[in-house]
Amino acid sequence: MGRNPLDLVGAEPGPARTFTFDGRPVPALPGQTIAAALWADGVLAWRTTRVGGRPRGAFCGIGACFDCLATVNGRPNQRTCLLPAEAGDTVTTQEGHGHADLAV
Amino acid sequence: MPTLPSEPARGRAPYDLAVVGAGPAGLAAAVTAAELGLRVALLDAGPRVGGQYYRHPAPELGAARPDRLHHGWAVFARLRDRLRAQPRIDHLAGHHVWAAERGEPWRLHATLGPDAGDRVTVEAGAVLLATGAYERQLPFPGWTLPGVVTAGGAQAMLKAGLVLPGRRIVVAGSGPLLLAAASSLVSAGAAVPAVVEAGSYLGYARGVAALAANPAKLVEGAQHGTVLLRHGVRLRRSSAVIEAHGTDRVTAVTVARLDADWRPVPGTERRIGCDAVAIGHGLVPQIELATELGAATRTVPDGTVALAVDGEQRTSLPGLWAAGETCGVGGADLALAEGVLAAYAVAGRPAPRGALVRRRRRRAFAELMAAAHAPGVGWTDWLTPETDVCRCEEVPAGRIREAVEELGAGDARTVKLLTRAGMGWCQGRMCGAAVACLAGGPTDRPDSRPLSCPVPLAQLAEPPA
Repeated sequence: MGRNPLDLVGAEPGPARTFTFDGRPVPALPGQTIAAALWADGVLAWRTTRVGGRPRGAFCGIGACFDCLATVNGRPNQRTCLLPAEAGDTVTTQEGHGHADLAV
Repeated sequence: MPTLPSEPARGRAPYDLAVVGAGPAGLAAAVTAAELGLRVALLDAGPRVGGQYYRHPAPELGAARPDRLHHGWAVFARLRDRLRAQPRIDHLAGHHVWAAERGEPWRLHATLGPDAGDRVTVEAGAVLLATGAYERQLPFPGWTLPGVVTAGGAQAMLKAGLVLPGRRIVVAGSGPLLLAAASSLVSAGAAVPAVVEAGSYLGYARGVAALAANPAKLVEGAQHGTVLLRHGVRLRRSSAVIEAHGTDRVTAVTVARLDADWRPVPGTERRIGCDAVAIGHGLVPQIELATELGAATRTVPDGTVALAVDGEQRTSLPGLWAAGETCGVGGADLALAEGVLAAYAVAGRPAPRGALVRRRRRRAFAELMAAAHAPGVGWTDWLTPETDVCRCEEVPAGRIREAVEELGAGDARTVKLLTRAGMGWCQGRMCGAAVACLAGGPTDRPDSRPLSCPVPLAQLAEPPA
Protein backbone atom coordinates (compact mmCIF):
# COMPACT_ATOMS: atom_id res chain seq x y z
CA MET A 1 0.00 0.00 0.00
CA GLY A 2 1.54 3.30 -1.06
CA ARG A 3 1.70 6.21 1.28
CA ASN A 4 1.56 8.69 -1.54
CA PRO A 5 -0.16 8.57 -4.93
CA LEU A 6 3.06 8.01 -6.89
CA ASP A 7 4.04 5.00 -4.77
CA LEU A 8 0.51 3.61 -4.93
CA VAL A 9 0.58 3.26 -8.73
CA GLY A 10 4.29 2.48 -8.95
CA ALA A 11 4.97 5.64 -10.94
CA GLU A 12 8.40 6.22 -12.38
CA PRO A 13 8.02 9.59 -14.07
CA GLY A 14 10.69 11.26 -16.14
CA PRO A 15 12.53 14.27 -14.74
CA ALA A 16 10.38 17.17 -13.51
CA ARG A 17 10.11 20.31 -15.57
CA THR A 18 9.87 23.77 -14.06
CA PHE A 19 7.38 26.56 -14.63
CA THR A 20 6.94 29.75 -12.67
CA PHE A 21 3.94 30.66 -10.53
CA ASP A 22 3.87 34.35 -9.64
CA GLY A 23 7.60 34.45 -10.33
CA ARG A 24 8.47 31.45 -8.16
CA PRO A 25 9.74 28.18 -9.72
CA VAL A 26 7.36 25.21 -9.33
CA PRO A 27 8.23 21.65 -10.38
CA ALA A 28 5.81 19.63 -12.52
CA LEU A 29 6.10 15.96 -13.38
CA PRO A 30 5.74 15.21 -17.07
CA GLY A 31 2.05 14.70 -17.87
CA GLN A 32 0.72 16.69 -14.92
CA THR A 33 -1.58 19.64 -15.44
CA ILE A 34 -0.72 23.06 -14.03
CA ALA A 35 -3.39 22.59 -11.33
CA ALA A 36 -1.97 19.19 -10.34
CA ALA A 37 1.57 20.59 -10.10
CA LEU A 38 0.33 23.48 -7.94
CA TRP A 39 -1.50 21.06 -5.60
CA ALA A 40 1.65 18.95 -5.34
CA ASP A 41 3.48 22.13 -4.35
CA GLY A 42 0.89 22.89 -1.64
CA VAL A 43 -0.75 25.75 -3.57
CA LEU A 44 -4.57 25.67 -3.55
CA ALA A 45 -5.48 29.15 -4.89
CA TRP A 46 -4.42 30.95 -8.06
CA ARG A 47 -7.28 33.28 -8.84
CA THR A 48 -9.13 36.06 -7.04
CA THR A 49 -12.80 36.62 -7.75
CA ARG A 50 -14.16 39.61 -9.67
CA VAL A 51 -16.55 40.86 -6.98
CA GLY A 52 -15.20 39.90 -3.59
CA GLY A 53 -11.53 39.43 -4.48
CA ARG A 54 -11.66 36.01 -2.80
CA PRO A 55 -9.08 33.29 -3.49
CA ARG A 56 -10.07 30.29 -5.65
CA GLY A 57 -8.35 27.29 -7.15
CA ALA A 58 -9.32 23.93 -8.61
CA PHE A 59 -12.82 22.77 -7.57
CA CYS A 60 -14.28 20.27 -10.06
CA GLY A 61 -10.99 19.09 -11.54
CA ILE A 62 -12.63 18.17 -14.87
CA GLY A 63 -12.98 21.50 -16.67
CA ALA A 64 -16.65 22.11 -15.79
CA CYS A 65 -16.55 24.75 -13.02
CA PHE A 66 -13.98 27.28 -14.31
CA ASP A 67 -12.81 28.07 -10.78
CA CYS A 68 -9.23 27.07 -11.62
CA LEU A 69 -8.69 29.85 -14.15
CA ALA A 70 -5.27 31.48 -14.24
CA THR A 71 -3.23 33.60 -16.59
CA VAL A 72 -0.86 31.33 -18.49
CA ASN A 73 1.86 32.81 -20.69
CA GLY A 74 -0.04 36.10 -20.72
CA ARG A 75 -3.38 34.58 -21.77
CA PRO A 76 -6.04 34.90 -19.02
CA ASN A 77 -8.94 32.52 -18.26
CA GLN A 78 -7.04 29.28 -18.87
CA ARG A 79 -8.48 26.19 -17.17
CA THR A 80 -5.38 24.92 -15.35
CA CYS A 81 -7.00 21.58 -14.52
CA LEU A 82 -6.97 20.76 -18.25
CA LEU A 83 -3.72 22.42 -19.31
CA PRO A 84 -0.54 20.32 -19.16
CA ALA A 85 2.34 22.11 -17.42
CA GLU A 86 5.15 22.80 -19.89
CA ALA A 87 8.73 23.74 -19.06
CA GLY A 88 9.11 27.50 -18.92
CA ASP A 89 5.37 28.29 -18.64
CA THR A 90 4.65 31.55 -16.86
CA VAL A 91 1.58 31.16 -14.62
CA THR A 92 0.26 34.12 -12.69
CA THR A 93 -2.61 34.56 -10.27
CA GLN A 94 -5.56 35.87 -12.24
CA GLU A 95 -7.19 38.87 -10.63
CA GLY A 96 -10.87 39.19 -11.47
CA HIS A 97 -11.62 38.70 -15.15
CA GLY A 98 -7.93 38.89 -16.02
CA HIS A 99 -8.34 41.76 -18.46
CA ALA A 100 -7.27 44.65 -16.21
CA ASP A 101 -5.15 45.88 -19.13
CA LEU A 102 -8.36 46.58 -21.08
CA ALA A 103 -9.95 48.70 -18.32
CA VAL A 104 -10.75 52.31 -19.21
CA MET B 1 -7.10 3.20 -34.51
CA PRO B 2 -5.99 6.37 -36.25
CA THR B 3 -5.81 9.27 -33.80
CA LEU B 4 -6.39 12.54 -35.57
CA PRO B 5 -5.86 15.32 -33.05
CA SER B 6 -6.51 18.23 -35.40
CA GLU B 7 -7.30 17.05 -38.89
CA PRO B 8 -10.40 18.83 -40.14
CA ALA B 9 -13.19 16.77 -41.58
CA ARG B 10 -13.37 18.83 -44.78
CA GLY B 11 -13.96 16.77 -47.86
CA ARG B 12 -14.33 13.48 -46.00
CA ALA B 13 -17.34 11.25 -46.47
CA PRO B 14 -19.62 11.38 -43.42
CA TYR B 15 -18.98 8.74 -40.81
CA ASP B 16 -21.66 6.12 -40.21
CA LEU B 17 -21.65 7.03 -36.52
CA ALA B 18 -20.19 9.83 -34.44
CA VAL B 19 -19.85 9.03 -30.74
CA VAL B 20 -19.47 11.99 -28.39
CA GLY B 21 -17.57 11.02 -25.26
CA ALA B 22 -15.02 8.24 -24.76
CA GLY B 23 -15.97 7.09 -21.28
CA PRO B 24 -17.42 3.62 -20.60
CA ALA B 25 -20.56 4.11 -22.74
CA GLY B 26 -18.88 5.84 -25.67
CA LEU B 27 -15.92 3.53 -25.76
CA ALA B 28 -18.08 0.40 -25.65
CA ALA B 29 -20.36 1.82 -28.34
CA ALA B 30 -17.56 2.92 -30.67
CA VAL B 31 -15.69 -0.38 -30.46
CA THR B 32 -18.82 -2.48 -30.84
CA ALA B 33 -20.14 -0.43 -33.76
CA ALA B 34 -16.81 -0.60 -35.58
CA GLU B 35 -16.64 -4.36 -35.07
CA LEU B 36 -20.10 -4.55 -36.62
CA GLY B 37 -18.68 -2.80 -39.69
CA LEU B 38 -19.53 0.88 -39.13
CA ARG B 39 -17.08 3.73 -39.71
CA VAL B 40 -16.94 5.61 -36.43
CA ALA B 41 -15.68 8.99 -35.22
CA LEU B 42 -15.05 8.98 -31.47
CA LEU B 43 -14.93 12.60 -30.31
CA ASP B 44 -13.70 13.30 -26.80
CA ALA B 45 -12.60 16.38 -24.90
CA GLY B 46 -9.83 14.56 -23.04
CA PRO B 47 -6.34 13.78 -24.22
CA ARG B 48 -6.85 10.05 -23.55
CA VAL B 49 -9.88 7.77 -23.75
CA GLY B 50 -11.60 6.61 -20.57
CA GLY B 51 -13.74 9.59 -19.59
CA GLN B 52 -13.96 10.49 -15.92
CA TYR B 53 -14.50 6.93 -14.66
CA TYR B 54 -11.43 5.43 -16.32
CA ARG B 55 -9.38 8.61 -16.03
CA HIS B 56 -5.74 7.63 -15.67
CA PRO B 57 -2.24 9.17 -15.63
CA ALA B 58 -0.54 10.42 -18.76
CA PRO B 59 1.97 7.85 -20.06
CA GLU B 60 4.85 10.20 -19.18
CA LEU B 61 4.04 9.69 -15.49
CA GLY B 62 5.16 6.09 -15.89
CA ALA B 63 2.49 4.52 -13.70
CA ALA B 64 3.13 0.76 -13.59
CA ARG B 65 -0.12 0.03 -11.69
CA PRO B 66 -2.84 2.52 -12.70
CA ASP B 67 -5.35 -0.22 -11.80
CA ARG B 68 -4.76 0.48 -8.10
CA LEU B 69 -6.85 3.62 -8.42
CA HIS B 70 -9.64 1.86 -10.30
CA HIS B 71 -12.49 -0.55 -10.04
CA GLY B 72 -12.80 -2.69 -13.16
CA TRP B 73 -9.57 -1.56 -14.81
CA ALA B 74 -9.29 -4.84 -16.76
CA VAL B 75 -12.56 -4.07 -18.55
CA PHE B 76 -11.15 -0.72 -19.66
CA ALA B 77 -7.83 -2.25 -20.72
CA ARG B 78 -9.66 -4.72 -22.98
CA LEU B 79 -11.77 -1.98 -24.54
CA ARG B 80 -8.67 0.13 -25.14
CA ASP B 81 -6.95 -2.80 -26.83
CA ARG B 82 -9.96 -3.33 -29.09
CA LEU B 83 -9.97 0.38 -29.91
CA ARG B 84 -6.27 0.37 -30.81
CA ALA B 85 -6.75 -2.65 -33.06
CA GLN B 86 -9.71 -1.08 -34.83
CA PRO B 87 -9.03 0.64 -38.18
CA ARG B 88 -12.64 1.82 -38.59
CA ILE B 89 -12.52 4.25 -35.63
CA ASP B 90 -10.99 7.72 -35.79
CA HIS B 91 -10.34 8.82 -32.21
CA LEU B 92 -10.64 12.61 -32.20
CA ALA B 93 -8.97 13.55 -28.89
CA GLY B 94 -9.12 17.05 -27.45
CA HIS B 95 -12.36 17.79 -29.31
CA HIS B 96 -14.83 19.75 -27.18
CA VAL B 97 -18.17 19.42 -29.00
CA TRP B 98 -20.12 22.63 -28.48
CA ALA B 99 -23.18 22.03 -30.64
CA ALA B 100 -24.92 19.35 -32.68
CA GLU B 101 -26.91 20.14 -35.83
CA ARG B 102 -29.65 17.84 -37.05
CA GLY B 103 -29.71 16.79 -40.64
CA GLU B 104 -28.59 14.24 -43.16
CA PRO B 105 -25.82 13.99 -42.28
CA TRP B 106 -25.70 15.28 -38.69
CA ARG B 107 -23.01 17.89 -38.05
CA LEU B 108 -21.03 18.15 -34.82
CA HIS B 109 -19.10 21.34 -34.15
CA ALA B 110 -16.02 21.05 -31.98
CA THR B 111 -13.41 23.42 -30.64
CA LEU B 112 -9.83 22.27 -30.14
CA GLY B 113 -8.10 25.34 -28.77
CA PRO B 114 -8.04 29.11 -28.51
CA ASP B 115 -7.19 30.14 -32.08
CA ALA B 116 -9.53 30.86 -34.98
CA GLY B 117 -8.45 27.75 -36.85
CA ASP B 118 -8.88 25.41 -33.89
CA ARG B 119 -12.32 24.26 -35.00
CA VAL B 120 -13.66 21.15 -36.66
CA THR B 121 -17.03 20.02 -38.00
CA VAL B 122 -17.60 16.27 -38.08
CA GLU B 123 -20.38 14.78 -40.22
CA ALA B 124 -22.07 11.48 -39.51
CA GLY B 125 -25.22 9.59 -40.41
CA ALA B 126 -26.02 8.95 -36.75
CA VAL B 127 -24.88 10.44 -33.45
CA LEU B 128 -24.52 8.74 -30.07
CA LEU B 129 -24.33 10.99 -27.04
CA ALA B 130 -22.18 9.49 -24.31
CA THR B 131 -21.26 12.76 -22.65
CA GLY B 132 -21.56 11.45 -19.11
CA ALA B 133 -22.28 13.63 -16.12
CA TYR B 134 -20.91 16.24 -13.81
CA GLU B 135 -21.32 16.50 -10.05
CA ARG B 136 -24.29 17.96 -8.25
CA GLN B 137 -23.37 20.42 -5.54
CA LEU B 138 -25.41 21.79 -2.66
CA PRO B 139 -23.79 24.97 -1.30
CA PHE B 140 -22.97 25.54 2.37
CA PRO B 141 -21.15 28.37 4.15
CA GLY B 142 -17.45 28.23 3.30
CA TRP B 143 -17.79 25.93 0.27
CA THR B 144 -15.90 28.45 -1.89
CA LEU B 145 -12.77 28.27 0.29
CA PRO B 146 -9.64 26.89 -1.38
CA GLY B 147 -9.22 23.28 -0.27
CA VAL B 148 -12.94 22.54 -0.65
CA VAL B 149 -13.11 20.53 -3.87
CA THR B 150 -15.65 18.21 -5.44
CA ALA B 151 -15.42 14.52 -4.58
CA GLY B 152 -15.16 13.71 -8.28
CA GLY B 153 -12.57 16.45 -8.70
CA ALA B 154 -10.41 14.98 -5.95
CA GLN B 155 -10.77 11.61 -7.71
CA ALA B 156 -9.95 13.09 -11.12
CA MET B 157 -6.87 14.98 -9.94
CA LEU B 158 -5.66 11.86 -8.13
CA LYS B 159 -6.34 9.43 -10.97
CA ALA B 160 -4.74 11.61 -13.67
CA GLY B 161 -2.26 13.83 -11.85
CA LEU B 162 -1.38 11.61 -8.86
CA VAL B 163 -1.90 14.50 -6.45
CA LEU B 164 -4.01 15.22 -3.36
CA PRO B 165 -5.56 18.54 -2.27
CA GLY B 166 -4.37 18.04 1.32
CA ARG B 167 -3.27 15.48 3.88
CA ARG B 168 -6.43 15.34 6.00
CA ILE B 169 -9.51 15.28 3.83
CA VAL B 170 -13.15 15.19 4.98
CA VAL B 171 -15.34 13.48 2.35
CA ALA B 172 -18.95 14.65 2.42
CA GLY B 173 -22.22 14.85 0.50
CA SER B 174 -24.32 11.94 -0.66
CA GLY B 175 -24.09 8.96 -2.96
CA PRO B 176 -21.85 5.99 -3.66
CA LEU B 177 -19.11 8.15 -5.20
CA LEU B 178 -18.20 9.28 -1.69
CA LEU B 179 -17.14 5.77 -0.67
CA ALA B 180 -15.12 5.33 -3.85
CA ALA B 181 -13.45 8.71 -3.41
CA ALA B 182 -12.64 8.12 0.26
CA SER B 183 -11.27 4.68 -0.53
CA SER B 184 -8.93 6.12 -3.22
CA LEU B 185 -7.81 9.00 -1.01
CA VAL B 186 -6.81 6.80 1.94
CA SER B 187 -5.10 4.31 -0.35
CA ALA B 188 -3.05 7.20 -1.75
CA GLY B 189 -1.89 8.22 1.71
CA ALA B 190 -4.40 10.85 2.83
CA ALA B 191 -6.07 10.73 6.22
CA VAL B 192 -9.87 10.82 5.97
CA PRO B 193 -11.23 11.79 9.40
CA ALA B 194 -14.83 11.19 8.30
CA VAL B 195 -17.06 10.25 5.40
CA VAL B 196 -20.20 12.31 5.94
CA GLU B 197 -23.25 10.96 4.09
CA ALA B 198 -26.49 12.93 4.17
CA GLY B 199 -28.65 9.95 3.25
CA SER B 200 -29.48 7.20 5.67
CA TYR B 201 -28.85 4.31 3.24
CA LEU B 202 -32.14 2.95 4.59
CA GLY B 203 -33.64 3.69 1.19
CA TYR B 204 -31.77 0.70 -0.22
CA ALA B 205 -33.77 -1.60 2.05
CA ARG B 206 -36.87 -0.84 -0.02
CA GLY B 207 -35.31 -2.40 -3.09
CA VAL B 208 -34.39 -5.91 -1.99
CA ALA B 209 -35.06 -7.34 -5.45
CA ALA B 210 -32.83 -4.81 -7.19
CA LEU B 211 -30.08 -5.46 -4.66
CA ALA B 212 -30.30 -9.21 -5.03
CA ALA B 213 -30.06 -8.94 -8.82
CA ASN B 214 -26.85 -6.89 -8.59
CA PRO B 215 -24.40 -8.83 -6.43
CA ALA B 216 -21.47 -7.15 -8.20
CA LYS B 217 -22.62 -3.74 -6.96
CA LEU B 218 -22.77 -5.06 -3.40
CA VAL B 219 -19.29 -6.53 -3.71
CA GLU B 220 -18.00 -3.21 -5.04
CA GLY B 221 -19.51 -1.38 -2.08
CA ALA B 222 -18.12 -3.94 0.34
CA GLN B 223 -14.64 -3.56 -1.17
CA HIS B 224 -14.69 0.18 -0.54
CA GLY B 225 -16.05 -0.48 2.94
CA THR B 226 -13.20 -2.87 3.70
CA VAL B 227 -10.55 -0.34 2.65
CA LEU B 228 -12.19 2.34 4.78
CA LEU B 229 -12.50 0.02 7.77
CA ARG B 230 -8.84 -0.93 7.50
CA HIS B 231 -7.89 2.74 7.63
CA GLY B 232 -10.25 3.43 10.51
CA VAL B 233 -12.41 5.77 8.44
CA ARG B 234 -15.78 6.43 10.00
CA LEU B 235 -18.95 6.71 7.92
CA ARG B 236 -21.37 9.20 9.47
CA ARG B 237 -24.82 8.65 7.98
CA SER B 238 -27.69 11.16 8.12
CA SER B 239 -25.09 13.90 8.59
CA ALA B 240 -23.73 16.79 6.60
CA VAL B 241 -20.94 19.32 6.52
CA ILE B 242 -22.93 22.48 7.23
CA GLU B 243 -19.99 24.88 7.32
CA ALA B 244 -16.34 25.02 6.26
CA HIS B 245 -14.06 27.24 8.32
CA GLY B 246 -10.94 29.18 7.36
CA THR B 247 -9.89 32.48 5.87
CA ASP B 248 -7.78 31.80 2.80
CA ARG B 249 -8.13 28.01 2.89
CA VAL B 250 -10.19 25.47 4.75
CA THR B 251 -8.95 24.49 8.22
CA ALA B 252 -12.00 22.73 9.71
CA VAL B 253 -15.63 21.82 9.07
CA THR B 254 -18.75 21.68 11.20
CA VAL B 255 -20.68 18.43 10.83
CA ALA B 256 -24.26 18.08 12.06
CA ARG B 257 -26.81 15.27 12.18
CA LEU B 258 -29.74 15.65 9.82
CA ASP B 259 -33.39 14.85 10.28
CA ALA B 260 -35.27 12.86 7.62
CA ASP B 261 -35.68 16.03 5.50
CA TRP B 262 -31.95 16.88 5.80
CA ARG B 263 -32.51 19.71 8.31
CA PRO B 264 -29.58 19.99 10.72
CA VAL B 265 -30.54 18.85 14.23
CA PRO B 266 -29.60 21.64 16.69
CA GLY B 267 -27.05 20.62 19.30
CA THR B 268 -25.49 17.86 17.20
CA GLU B 269 -22.77 20.05 15.63
CA ARG B 270 -19.17 18.98 15.98
CA ARG B 271 -16.02 20.47 14.53
CA ILE B 272 -13.50 18.36 12.61
CA GLY B 273 -10.07 19.71 11.69
CA CYS B 274 -8.93 19.16 8.10
CA ASP B 275 -6.93 20.81 5.32
CA ALA B 276 -9.26 19.74 2.50
CA VAL B 277 -12.89 18.73 1.91
CA ALA B 278 -14.17 16.59 -0.97
CA ILE B 279 -17.90 17.15 -1.53
CA GLY B 280 -20.59 15.99 -3.93
CA HIS B 281 -24.25 15.04 -4.05
CA GLY B 282 -24.33 12.59 -6.90
CA LEU B 283 -24.13 13.29 -10.59
CA VAL B 284 -26.13 15.29 -13.12
CA PRO B 285 -26.46 13.97 -16.70
CA GLN B 286 -24.74 16.24 -19.22
CA ILE B 287 -27.32 16.38 -21.98
CA GLU B 288 -27.46 19.88 -23.42
CA LEU B 289 -26.26 18.84 -26.88
CA ALA B 290 -29.52 16.89 -27.18
CA THR B 291 -31.92 19.06 -25.20
CA GLU B 292 -30.97 22.16 -27.20
CA LEU B 293 -32.40 20.27 -30.18
CA GLY B 294 -35.58 19.41 -28.30
CA ALA B 295 -34.87 15.81 -27.30
CA ALA B 296 -37.39 14.44 -24.80
CA THR B 297 -36.27 14.03 -21.19
CA ARG B 298 -37.41 12.26 -18.03
CA THR B 299 -36.95 13.09 -14.36
CA VAL B 300 -34.92 10.51 -12.44
CA PRO B 301 -35.85 9.66 -8.80
CA ASP B 302 -32.86 11.70 -7.56
CA GLY B 303 -34.40 14.80 -9.12
CA THR B 304 -32.01 15.09 -12.06
CA VAL B 305 -33.16 15.31 -15.67
CA ALA B 306 -31.94 12.66 -18.13
CA LEU B 307 -32.57 11.89 -21.79
CA ALA B 308 -35.56 9.66 -22.46
CA VAL B 309 -34.58 6.69 -24.61
CA ASP B 310 -36.39 3.64 -25.95
CA GLY B 311 -35.32 0.01 -25.63
CA GLU B 312 -32.75 0.55 -28.38
CA GLN B 313 -31.22 3.63 -26.72
CA ARG B 314 -32.89 5.94 -29.25
CA THR B 315 -33.74 9.46 -28.15
CA SER B 316 -36.90 11.14 -29.42
CA LEU B 317 -34.87 12.65 -32.28
CA PRO B 318 -34.35 10.37 -35.31
CA GLY B 319 -30.65 9.62 -35.75
CA LEU B 320 -29.72 10.56 -32.19
CA TRP B 321 -28.90 7.82 -29.68
CA ALA B 322 -27.77 8.10 -26.06
CA ALA B 323 -26.07 5.75 -23.61
CA GLY B 324 -24.69 5.80 -20.09
CA GLU B 325 -25.15 8.60 -17.58
CA THR B 326 -26.94 10.80 -20.16
CA CYS B 327 -29.89 8.40 -19.77
CA GLY B 328 -29.84 8.63 -15.97
CA VAL B 329 -26.84 8.14 -13.73
CA GLY B 330 -26.21 4.45 -13.14
CA GLY B 331 -22.49 3.74 -13.15
CA ALA B 332 -19.96 2.20 -15.49
CA ASP B 333 -21.46 -1.30 -15.84
CA LEU B 334 -24.77 0.12 -16.99
CA ALA B 335 -23.00 2.54 -19.32
CA LEU B 336 -21.03 -0.30 -20.91
CA ALA B 337 -24.20 -2.31 -21.51
CA GLU B 338 -26.06 0.67 -22.96
CA GLY B 339 -23.14 1.52 -25.22
CA VAL B 340 -23.14 -2.01 -26.64
CA LEU B 341 -26.92 -1.98 -27.12
CA ALA B 342 -26.84 1.41 -28.85
CA ALA B 343 -24.15 0.18 -31.24
CA TYR B 344 -26.21 -2.88 -32.22
CA ALA B 345 -29.27 -0.69 -32.74
CA VAL B 346 -27.40 1.81 -34.92
CA ALA B 347 -26.00 -1.08 -36.94
CA GLY B 348 -29.51 -2.51 -37.32
CA ARG B 349 -28.59 -5.78 -35.63
CA PRO B 350 -30.53 -7.68 -32.95
CA ALA B 351 -29.46 -6.87 -29.40
CA PRO B 352 -27.27 -9.38 -27.55
CA ARG B 353 -29.22 -10.91 -24.70
CA GLY B 354 -26.47 -10.56 -22.09
CA ALA B 355 -26.35 -6.79 -22.49
CA LEU B 356 -30.15 -6.58 -22.27
CA VAL B 357 -30.17 -8.46 -18.97
CA ARG B 358 -27.32 -6.40 -17.54
CA ARG B 359 -29.05 -3.17 -18.55
CA ARG B 360 -32.33 -4.18 -16.93
CA ARG B 361 -30.70 -5.17 -13.64
CA ARG B 362 -28.31 -2.22 -13.44
CA ARG B 363 -31.01 0.28 -14.39
CA ALA B 364 -33.24 -1.02 -11.59
CA PHE B 365 -30.34 -0.63 -9.15
CA ALA B 366 -29.64 2.87 -10.44
CA GLU B 367 -33.21 4.00 -9.86
CA LEU B 368 -33.10 2.59 -6.32
CA MET B 369 -29.79 4.36 -5.65
CA ALA B 370 -31.12 7.62 -7.08
CA ALA B 371 -34.12 7.51 -4.75
CA ALA B 372 -31.97 6.69 -1.71
CA HIS B 373 -29.71 9.71 -2.25
CA ALA B 374 -32.24 12.31 -3.43
CA PRO B 375 -31.59 15.55 -1.51
CA GLY B 376 -34.02 16.27 1.31
CA VAL B 377 -35.85 19.57 1.10
CA GLY B 378 -34.32 20.82 4.36
CA TRP B 379 -30.78 21.18 2.98
CA THR B 380 -31.43 24.87 2.31
CA ASP B 381 -31.37 25.40 6.09
CA TRP B 382 -27.55 25.14 5.83
CA LEU B 383 -27.43 28.41 3.92
CA THR B 384 -26.87 31.77 5.51
CA PRO B 385 -27.86 34.91 3.56
CA GLU B 386 -24.16 35.50 2.83
CA THR B 387 -23.44 32.00 1.45
CA ASP B 388 -22.48 32.26 -2.21
CA VAL B 389 -24.76 29.96 -4.17
CA CYS B 390 -23.47 30.88 -7.64
CA ARG B 391 -19.69 30.57 -7.41
CA CYS B 392 -18.95 32.28 -10.74
CA GLU B 393 -21.07 35.40 -10.29
CA GLU B 394 -20.76 35.43 -6.48
CA VAL B 395 -24.51 35.55 -5.88
CA PRO B 396 -25.35 34.89 -2.22
CA ALA B 397 -28.41 33.00 -1.01
CA GLY B 398 -29.89 36.22 0.40
CA ARG B 399 -30.10 37.79 -3.07
CA ILE B 400 -31.72 34.67 -4.53
CA ARG B 401 -34.29 34.55 -1.72
CA GLU B 402 -34.98 38.24 -2.26
CA ALA B 403 -35.60 37.57 -5.96
CA VAL B 404 -38.04 34.79 -5.06
CA GLU B 405 -39.80 36.26 -2.04
CA GLU B 406 -39.85 39.96 -2.84
CA LEU B 407 -39.47 40.21 -6.61
CA GLY B 408 -41.73 37.26 -7.43
CA ALA B 409 -39.30 35.04 -9.32
CA GLY B 410 -40.93 31.63 -9.57
CA ASP B 411 -38.33 29.62 -11.43
CA ALA B 412 -34.59 29.30 -11.91
CA ARG B 413 -34.62 31.23 -15.18
CA THR B 414 -36.25 34.30 -13.64
CA VAL B 415 -33.87 34.11 -10.67
CA LYS B 416 -31.01 34.06 -13.15
CA LEU B 417 -32.30 37.13 -15.00
CA LEU B 418 -32.71 39.03 -11.73
CA THR B 419 -29.51 37.99 -9.96
CA ARG B 420 -27.08 36.58 -12.61
CA ALA B 421 -27.03 33.26 -10.68
CA GLY B 422 -26.07 30.64 -13.26
CA MET B 423 -24.93 33.18 -15.82
CA GLY B 424 -21.19 32.81 -15.28
CA TRP B 425 -18.39 30.71 -16.72
CA CYS B 426 -19.80 27.33 -15.68
CA GLN B 427 -23.27 28.16 -17.06
CA GLY B 428 -25.03 26.97 -13.94
CA ARG B 429 -23.40 23.55 -13.76
CA MET B 430 -22.30 24.15 -10.16
CA CYS B 431 -25.30 26.11 -8.82
CA GLY B 432 -28.12 24.93 -11.09
CA ALA B 433 -29.57 22.33 -8.71
CA ALA B 434 -29.39 24.70 -5.75
CA VAL B 435 -30.93 27.65 -7.58
CA ALA B 436 -33.77 25.46 -8.84
CA CYS B 437 -34.51 24.35 -5.25
CA LEU B 438 -34.42 27.90 -3.92
CA ALA B 439 -36.59 29.18 -6.76
CA GLY B 440 -39.20 26.56 -5.96
CA GLY B 441 -40.31 26.31 -9.58
CA PRO B 442 -40.47 23.24 -11.80
CA THR B 443 -37.31 21.14 -11.63
CA ASP B 444 -38.20 18.77 -14.44
CA ARG B 445 -36.77 21.00 -17.17
CA PRO B 446 -33.23 20.57 -18.46
CA ASP B 447 -30.88 23.53 -18.10
CA SER B 448 -30.56 25.54 -21.30
CA ARG B 449 -27.06 25.88 -22.74
CA PRO B 450 -27.04 26.74 -26.46
CA LEU B 451 -23.25 26.28 -26.47
CA SER B 452 -22.10 23.25 -24.52
CA CYS B 453 -18.70 24.80 -23.74
CA PRO B 454 -17.00 28.15 -24.29
CA VAL B 455 -16.08 28.79 -27.93
CA PRO B 456 -13.69 31.55 -28.99
CA LEU B 457 -15.57 34.23 -30.96
CA ALA B 458 -13.05 33.90 -33.77
CA GLN B 459 -14.20 30.31 -34.30
CA LEU B 460 -17.86 31.30 -34.45
CA ALA B 461 -17.04 34.14 -36.84
CA GLU B 462 -15.21 31.95 -39.33
CA PRO B 463 -17.54 30.67 -42.04
CA PRO B 464 -18.33 26.98 -41.62
CA ALA B 465 -16.19 24.56 -43.54
